[in-house]
Amino acid sequence: MAAAGSGVIKTAWDGDHWLLAALGRWDLAGAEHLDTALTRLKPERKPGQVLLDLSGLSGMDTAGALVLDRLIERLRAEGETVAVVGATPAQCTLLRDVRRAVVRHPEVTTPHRPFHDLLERVGKGAFSLAQDAFQLLSFFGLVFITIARVARNPRRFRWTAFFFHLEQVGLNALPIIGLLTFLIGVVLAYQSADQLRRFGAEIFVVNLLGIGILRELGVLITSIIVAGRSGSAFTAQIGTMKVNQEVDAMQVLGLDPIEMLVLPRLAALFVALPLVSFYADVVGLFGGAVMSYGTLDITLGQFLRQLQVAVSPTTMLVGLIKAPVFAMVISLVGCFEGLNVTGSAESVGKLTTRSVVESIFLVIVLDALFSILFSYLKI
Amino acid sequence: MSLGNSEGGNLVGDPVGDNMTPVIQVRGLVTRFGRQTVHDGVDLDVRRGEVMGVVGGSGTGKSVLLKEIIGLLRPTAGRVEVLGTNMWTADSAARRTIQSRWGVLFQDGALFSSMTVAENVMVALKEHTDLEDCLIQELARIKISMVGLPPDSCSKYPSQLSGGMRKRAGLARALALDPEILFLDEPTAGLDPIGAAAFDELIGTLQRSLGLTVVMVTHDLDSLYAICDRIAVLVDRKMRVGTIDMLLADTHPWIHDYFHGPRGRAAVKS
Repeated sequence: MAAAGSGVIKTAWDGDHWLLAALGRWDLAGAEHLDTALTRLKPERKPGQVLLDLSGLSGMDTAGALVLDRLIERLRAEGETVAVVGATPAQCTLLRDVRRAVVRHPEVTTPHRPFHDLLERVGKGAFSLAQDAFQLLSFFGLVFITIARVARNPRRFRWTAFFFHLEQVGLNALPIIGLLTFLIGVVLAYQSADQLRRFGAEIFVVNLLGIGILRELGVLITSIIVAGRSGSAFTAQIGTMKVNQEVDAMQVLGLDPIEMLVLPRLAALFVALPLVSFYADVVGLFGGAVMSYGTLDITLGQFLRQLQVAVSPTTMLVGLIKAPVFAMVISLVGCFEGLNVTGSAESVGKLTTRSVVESIFLVIVLDALFSILFSYLKI
Repeated sequence: MSLGNSEGGNLVGDPVGDNMTPVIQVRGLVTRFGRQTVHDGVDLDVRRGEVMGVVGGSGTGKSVLLKEIIGLLRPTAGRVEVLGTNMWTADSAARRTIQSRWGVLFQDGALFSSMTVAENVMVALKEHTDLEDCLIQELARIKISMVGLPPDSCSKYPSQLSGGMRKRAGLARALALDPEILFLDEPTAGLDPIGAAAFDELIGTLQRSLGLTVVMVTHDLDSLYAICDRIAVLVDRKMRVGTIDMLLADTHPWIHDYFHGPRGRAAVKS
């Protein structure tokens, strides 16, 4: 049972007075045990008065006082008259403070309505989705107005920031994008070689690689990696500046955050993404060529000759034309979510995740729309 | 029941015993960061039940001293004992016991941002006690009410609170385990004068009704006059401790300027 020195309560009768003597230490450690003991406490017959004697207490903290308060209130609710005797002034103060605290913060129970809650969540979700879409659209508009303003006065453009970001999102992304698209080329060649060999149509691996990588995979893989790598970085950088009130400081100094923060990033990605996508195309095809030589004995010369037959410059352009559009989506979403950060560091993390998910989602949706458009235009 | 039966709690009604036994004892504390010496032989005794203010100019190592006392920073040399335990030599069980016997209020509350105010207060109760959920919730509610926050703040997140409310919520969390010692790092910094005075009064009230020992680092002269029993001044990498009257008579230039400057005089008048 209770450890030595922990609180206990003893009951006795004095005429029709029910005596309750609190003994020992009534503290946090013993509160649980005391509380269960006290809820079971009941007079055997109707007492005239309950006398609660605290003179035997060797100590009491807030938890002890709360447990005691619960007992007193329960007895009073049951219609007993309770008198507290033998309390030191400090104990009286503590009991009074606890009583006041309990009264001021009544327990609130919210009714549990599962269907109602679900409906409410769905509604809230749909509403905030619409709101987000509208805000994103407004932000796009604001950025284009700023672009128009800067275009009239090109000296306002931040060249230093532009080149810094060009290096960050373009040059520094080359190793990882090269490695990944090389591997994609290898995998694609290997898988299709297996199928095409059954028809003796091994050479068409080159057609498949050429069209697949140049039209779709090169730019798509690049955009997804860049969204994860640079879109998130944009959100985190701008979000941190927002938390430090740097963005507010810019505004009061008469500097336009869109001009200072968004335009250099947008321009850098706009320039870098088509270049990096082209690089990805080349490395992807090279990966395919290596694998074709390994499994199908197609030499590099044969590969290039077949490639020339299979694809025209249009094929590549159809792929690369998408890159600037994806670049705009990624950088605008990244910057938009960064500027949406409020107050806490936690919101930086949350919005960074959201920025990546949103931009990858938009990139894939736009890619699908491009496919529809191109098939309509018969390209 | 793993803890709380430790002797010498702050429980109200405890035989006070020897009031002079220090609950915090700092001896010959030396702190160096690289070649920069912050403390050079600091001694400090904090007695049970007193409110000790720690003051000093910027960069004199007030917050560093506080961190060394609560075991976040290891002093270069010297000994720090809290409730008779040296935090750097004690085993982890003893450290945990001591940690549950003090509460710390950091400068901006340092509330866990992913939790509501009530959850912030309940964290320590869930970790250190085996009370039932409903009792823990009620205790948290009481603590939040005691620091003067309205009932609806229980379910709010720290980012939804004002600076003053965050401090109060931080205080509620510091008081969650009914600590014996309360450490406050600049409790009134960033509050308006009325809010600061109300916070001083709150600390004074809680200190009396819960029988706390309070150590507070502060810049606020009004707090010193309002609630501190003794004041420790960090000057010249050493500590001078005394009541306000003793320090008012001190001839050290910094201490003299501090207490006799325009702000010091204004605080005396009020």
